[in-house]
Amino acid sequence: MSLSTDDVAKVAVLARLRLSPDELQTFTGQLNSIVEYVAHLQEPDTTGVEPLAHGVEVRNVFRDDVRGPSLPREAALLNAPKRNLDSFLVPAVLD
Amino acid sequence: MNNATAASLLAKLNAGEIRSEDLVRQYLDRAESLKRLNVFVHLDPERVLDQARAIDAKRRAGEPVGALAGVPVAIKDVLCVTNEPTTCGSRMLKSFRPPYDATVITKLKDAGAILFGKTNMDEFAMGSSTENSAYGPTLNPWDEERIPGGSSGGSAAAVAADLAPVSLGSDTGGSIRQPAAVCGIVGLKPTYGRVSRYGLIAFASSLDQIGPFAHDLADAALLLKVISGHDDRDATSVDQAVPDYTATLDKPPGSLRIGVAREFFGEGLDPEVEAAVREAIRIYEKAGAIIEEVSLPNSKYGVPAYYIVAPAECSSNLARYDGTIFGHRAEDWSPKYPGEENLHPLVRMMMASRSEGFGPEVKRRIMLGTFALSAGYADQYYNQALKVRRLIRNDFDEAFKKVDVILGPTSPSPAFKLGERTADPLAMYLSDIYTITANLAGIPGLSVPCGLTKSNLPIGLQLLAPAFAEENLLRTARVFERETDWHTRRPGLAG
Repeated sequence: MSLSTDDVAKVAVLARLRLSPDELQTFTGQLNSIVEYVAHLQEPDTTGVEPLAHGVEVRNVFRDDVRGPSLPREAALLNAPKRNLDSFLVPAVLD
Repeated sequence: MNNATAASLLAKLNAGEIRSEDLVRQYLDRAESLKRLNVFVHLDPERVLDQARAIDAKRRAGEPVGALAGVPVAIKDVLCVTNEPTTCGSRMLKSFRPPYDATVITKLKDAGAILFGKTNMDEFAMGSSTENSAYGPTLNPWDEERIPGGSSGGSAAAVAADLAPVSLGSDTGGSIRQPAAVCGIVGLKPTYGRVSRYGLIAFASSLDQIGPFAHDLADAALLLKVISGHDDRDATSVDQAVPDYTATLDKPPGSLRIGVAREFFGEGLDPEVEAAVREAIRIYEKAGAIIEEVSLPNSKYGVPAYYIVAPAECSSNLARYDGTIFGHRAEDWSPKYPGEENLHPLVRMMMASRSEGFGPEVKRRIMLGTFALSAGYADQYYNQALKVRRLIRNDFDEAFKKVDVILGPTSPSPAFKLGERTADPLAMYLSDIYTITANLAGIPGLSVPCGLTKSNLPIGLQLLAPAFAEENLLRTARVFERETDWHTRRPGLAG
């Protein structure tokens, strides 16, 4: 498996990252060497092996359906990069 | 203050021999004189002194005080503290002030600890050298031309340089144990789920775990006890009683069967590190331990499995940083490179913000994770990595049927030079080759100082135990600590 600059450019858009042409070249080389290395994962026989998502098995955790305190509006807006009164300000979503 | 442990300071504070205010003034002075190490990214003397005065007043009034009352604890900048800068070593969170405390911070406050600044780290805890920080690298107190390890390099250097008696870090692939080893101190990664991750800024949620740095095991046990316990705000937190690690530390372990994994002594291991670890085995034998060779045949797949699982989780966790409701937002997101004119302005805003906010290592891992999870590749990479993860866990389960702990080197080499591996991500990733498997398996691990190289660089001994066996892990490590004086060595720092 080898990644072309086009592949990396596509992944960058999926990952919402803007890459300069220089970055695209550098990352393509680096990601290729990493992908080549992780190919070792194909070596062991994993037939019938159940995937392990957590080192310690997790289970569903339920709590009583009781309303607890939530973040006050002002606290939530305190870290807003841009705000308009009580709202987050972003570029128009609908054209 | 120099060479002080939290336990020794507590004894003096409780006896009324010193006041917390005077103590933290000394630490603040030392932090000022050793600023060049770049250990702290935020340290507000007034806030620190206010906390100390409040504890002193409580003590004077005869009110009950907590288990760490008046003792400074340095905090890795990955942990949320209400209304204080919490930046994760990133430009992305440069102006972020969390509206809540991480659970471990609440526990420290309840214990009367003094939150002594935020320490430098690899951006979003991604790295093995603390060179990926937006604030520049931290220097190793033993040799200022070398890295302090990563990603919790600031927290490790804080203790090693006596800028705080103890500190907190986080360990996703070795980020507590590896910097502890190369800074010559104790570092402990607890079992996954032992310590709440609520308020720990997530990197790879199934691997991240918070843990203590200390000069010795008594302090590590003390801090571990304070921060452990079930938390209903973290769905992966485990509801299990927390032993009194401090009370049992000096009791001999129930049995002392130590496994030596042959895979931990492979190619790439520095000869001086190997010699120190072999000497540690002899010390354990002399103390009556039964040494057995064990095998962890799938550990060679630890690094490749990690570099699929961790980036996959990070690409998902870091998707929240889009410049919309918090974090950095670019000023200009007009089309810059070919093809961008076709993208929606909101998408361009996110792309521009993320590209300005994140450093290269974070971008690399997000892209690697996005690729590994993308249609057509998820089975080949992500699902296969999770199956290999199961094989790695099975290896440990088998080994722990025969032995109580597994011993080996923490890091394959002593601290390397700053800049030595920055251009080669893969070489950097291999720095955590001996620590990564414990995170994949969820088991606890600790690193204790076990030697110095000829050029006076610390070497760490790693001990691993089954899940939730921290108590026995600490007691087994204490056997070694009692027989040696490596944990008392300090760097010859010119202040």
